[in-house]
Amino acid sequence: MSLSFDIPVFEVVRNEKRCIQCQVCVRQCFNSVHSYDEDDNVVCTDDIKCVNCHRCVTLCPTRALIIKKYPLEFRENTNWTSNAIKEIYKQSQTGGVLLSSMGNPKAFPIYWDKILLNASQVTNPSIDPLREPMETKIMIGRKPEKLDFDVKGKLLTEMPPQVELSTPIMFSAMSYGSISRNAHESLARAATELGICYNTGEGGLNRDFYKYGKNTIVQVASGRFGVHKEYLSAGIAIEIKIGQGAKPGIGGHLPGKKVGEDVSATRMIPVGSDAISPAPHHDIYSIEDLRQLIFSLKETTSYKKPVFVKIAAVHNAAAIASGIVRAGADAIVVDGFRGGTGAAPTRVRDNVGIPIELALAAIDQRLVEEGIRNQASLIVAGSIRNSSDIVKAVALGADAVYVGSAAVIALGCHMCHTCSTGKCNWGIATQEPELVKRLNPDIMYKRLVNLVSAWNHEIQEMLGGMGINAIESLRGNRLMLRGIDLNEKELKVLGIKYAGE
Amino acid sequence: MLKEGELRIPSGCAISGIIDRKGRRFSGEEIIRSISLMHERSNGLGGGFAAYGIYPQYKDFYAFHIFYENLNIKMQTEDFIAKYFDIENAGSIPTKHVPSITNKPLIWRYFVSPRIHMLKGSFISDAEFTSRCVIKINKDYSGAYVFSSGKNMGTFKGVGYPEAIGEFFMLDTYKAYMWTAHGRFPTNTPGWWGGAHPFTILDWSVVHNGEISSYDTNKRFVEMYGYKCTLQTDTEVITYLFDMLARKFSIPMEKVIKIIAAPFWSEIEKENEELQFELKSMRTVYASALINGPFSIILGYEKGMIALNDRIKLRSLVAATKDDRTYVASEESAIRIICSNPDKIWFPGGGDPVIALLEEGQK
Repeated sequence: MSLSFDIPVFEVVRNEKRCIQCQVCVRQCFNSVHSYDEDDNVVCTDDIKCVNCHRCVTLCPTRALIIKKYPLEFRENTNWTSNAIKEIYKQSQTGGVLLSSMGNPKAFPIYWDKILLNASQVTNPSIDPLREPMETKIMIGRKPEKLDFDVKGKLLTEMPPQVELSTPIMFSAMSYGSISRNAHESLARAATELGICYNTGEGGLNRDFYKYGKNTIVQVASGRFGVHKEYLSAGIAIEIKIGQGAKPGIGGHLPGKKVGEDVSATRMIPVGSDAISPAPHHDIYSIEDLRQLIFSLKETTSYKKPVFVKIAAVHNAAAIASGIVRAGADAIVVDGFRGGTGAAPTRVRDNVGIPIELALAAIDQRLVEEGIRNQASLIVAGSIRNSSDIVKAVALGADAVYVGSAAVIALGCHMCHTCSTGKCNWGIATQEPELVKRLNPDIMYKRLVNLVSAWNHEIQEMLGGMGINAIESLRGNRLMLRGIDLNEKELKVLGIKYAGE
Repeated sequence: MLKEGELRIPSGCAISGIIDRKGRRFSGEEIIRSISLMHERSNGLGGGFAAYGIYPQYKDFYAFHIFYENLNIKMQTEDFIAKYFDIENAGSIPTKHVPSITNKPLIWRYFVSPRIHMLKGSFISDAEFTSRCVIKINKDYSGAYVFSSGKNMGTFKGVGYPEAIGEFFMLDTYKAYMWTAHGRFPTNTPGWWGGAHPFTILDWSVVHNGEISSYDTNKRFVEMYGYKCTLQTDTEVITYLFDMLARKFSIPMEKVIKIIAAPFWSEIEKENEELQFELKSMRTVYASALINGPFSIILGYEKGMIALNDRIKLRSLVAATKDDRTYVASEESAIRIICSNPDKIWFPGGGDPVIALLEEGQK
């Protein structure tokens, strides 16, 4: 083995005047950055192990700790950045594929931040949500082309199953395995209290959580982990995962060290085995095969559960989405390239897929042009960071959004991007019992409830400002949007006008 | 400067409507008096009327009223009409010189019926065929604009105060069982005749006061079903919504109202199970047909008149009855000036329609 070229990414700065050697940091850091030297009565640090998760900083009773970017610089070079150099050190040492966690961090445009919202002035009044009704409830599911009534006015059309959401927000698919049992429980309980849904991800569903079924979307991915008839019937809807924004074109990765007894039983795989989902579904090689899977799932559940199909936002997402609607899906889920993940090959995460804003606009436009937009719901994901992102997504044509990263941040995630190590000090992306118990679902589910409630209030404020009192009147209402700092082509794809127009 | 249809222009307005439910016809003199009382609610940039029952001698023919910008486009459009319709009668619409009315286009009227052999190949009704042809002219024949296309009814509109438009078209010489009127206060000055209201398709006419905030959502919805919103006005999209839901989808009118001014979810939950399911289904399937933001509208169609407010009543609307007549208007005074002593006068609540239909057999 040659010399390791690794250098620390972060520097742990300890204020010795403040440190009382209580060793909280030592006990809290599962990466073993901190250690206590009894002889000298000092707490020492090993910078190279630090992932900057802020656990020690947050819990230090005397605020003695600060984590900084490691000051060591390479010679300035805009092409050979320190990251580019370090990645080569790493790969030349291990011979492995680079792995990353969370969403694409590169400096691609964030279109949400280049879109501005409208508000009413004079010609129509804004509506005050504190004093007037303001509706954010939506229905996800397939819609018949039209409703038929008999001569007496009685409704004849049979309605396909719908998922009712109190606000157009759901928690994204995050599997049991990639995240902890307590994180899952927090999501399930929050979804139930909020009247929305969370998503099991591709790791099956622990039987203890079947009681949250009315607010659960069960996922079926290419690995079919934990999929059986009872599981399919346990939720309110089923989602077929074709792709994920963070890693379009490849399947899910769960490192074997995250597969303990309970995860193994839920996934129906041996303890300690890597759970690597196949890149494609081996029963879906074309759109007609997708139709068969959609209808086998519907048959299995007696046509009582809507079936969603989730794809990653890629170049021809619009055509694919059209095929999915025609294949009989009740909802399309599109996940943008900034979508989070527990583990993905870095090169794929950073270079494959397109921004959700552009994919959403293109898909909605295509479905409208084909006259089929009303048939299925459209749900988007892939870095929805706040309520105004949601308002903009709805105005671009989305029925609802999925939030994943925002939900785990509410649970304490500090975006250190190292979920795949399984050493999440916040008890979220880990299966270590000692770490999992740090996340108390009784307390943490309320943070999720708070977050979504706060966003719902903000959505209501923005809707009211636009003179709208039901969120369905915002869907596809692109006149409410204006672009800033965008070129003609971007405006055209987004289907919006420039500010001042 | 861009004209209507090339940009979206919000506008405030005055509206008024009268129907004789027994079907007795009366001249346009009263409706002109009513709308002119609300002079302050318009600004001289648009006025118009819809009159039902005015062409009894041609009641089985679609009456096309068309604005032309020049003779060239008139010839092209007439070629199109002659290809797809048998023309029973045609001529320019009589007008009278009124000093304040300027820049008038060529204004023509045709009584037509779709050519049967054209219908056979397309498997659609004559109404659907006619509506598609009207939409095609308005979309593809630049400089021609069909502003009225119903049977035994007609729209008369232009740039000017409504009372001047009424005088210009000599509406005191027409007799109708139902009249609606509109005075416009646009926030821009395109001065295009087609942009005035009422807006019509077939026998549906809409006069409207308000600026709906759901415009783009509604527009995208109707455009999925073959409509083309050429004017970018609220009135146009509202008319298409009614035409689509009531005529194309055959949804009963009282349900159409529950779609367009849908009850709140909290109201729906108070209903019995069956009604709840029905209302829920309607809101779910036709979510994009909900009209949001302030509006008061008067919808005219062959069966009569329906006046409706948005669900939280952000625009004024007053209704009254006297004997066989029903009146609706933006202001009470506009009713009282032509009906000083109504049997009943009231302010309809948000989302509560005023439905005044012809009595059975009066059509």
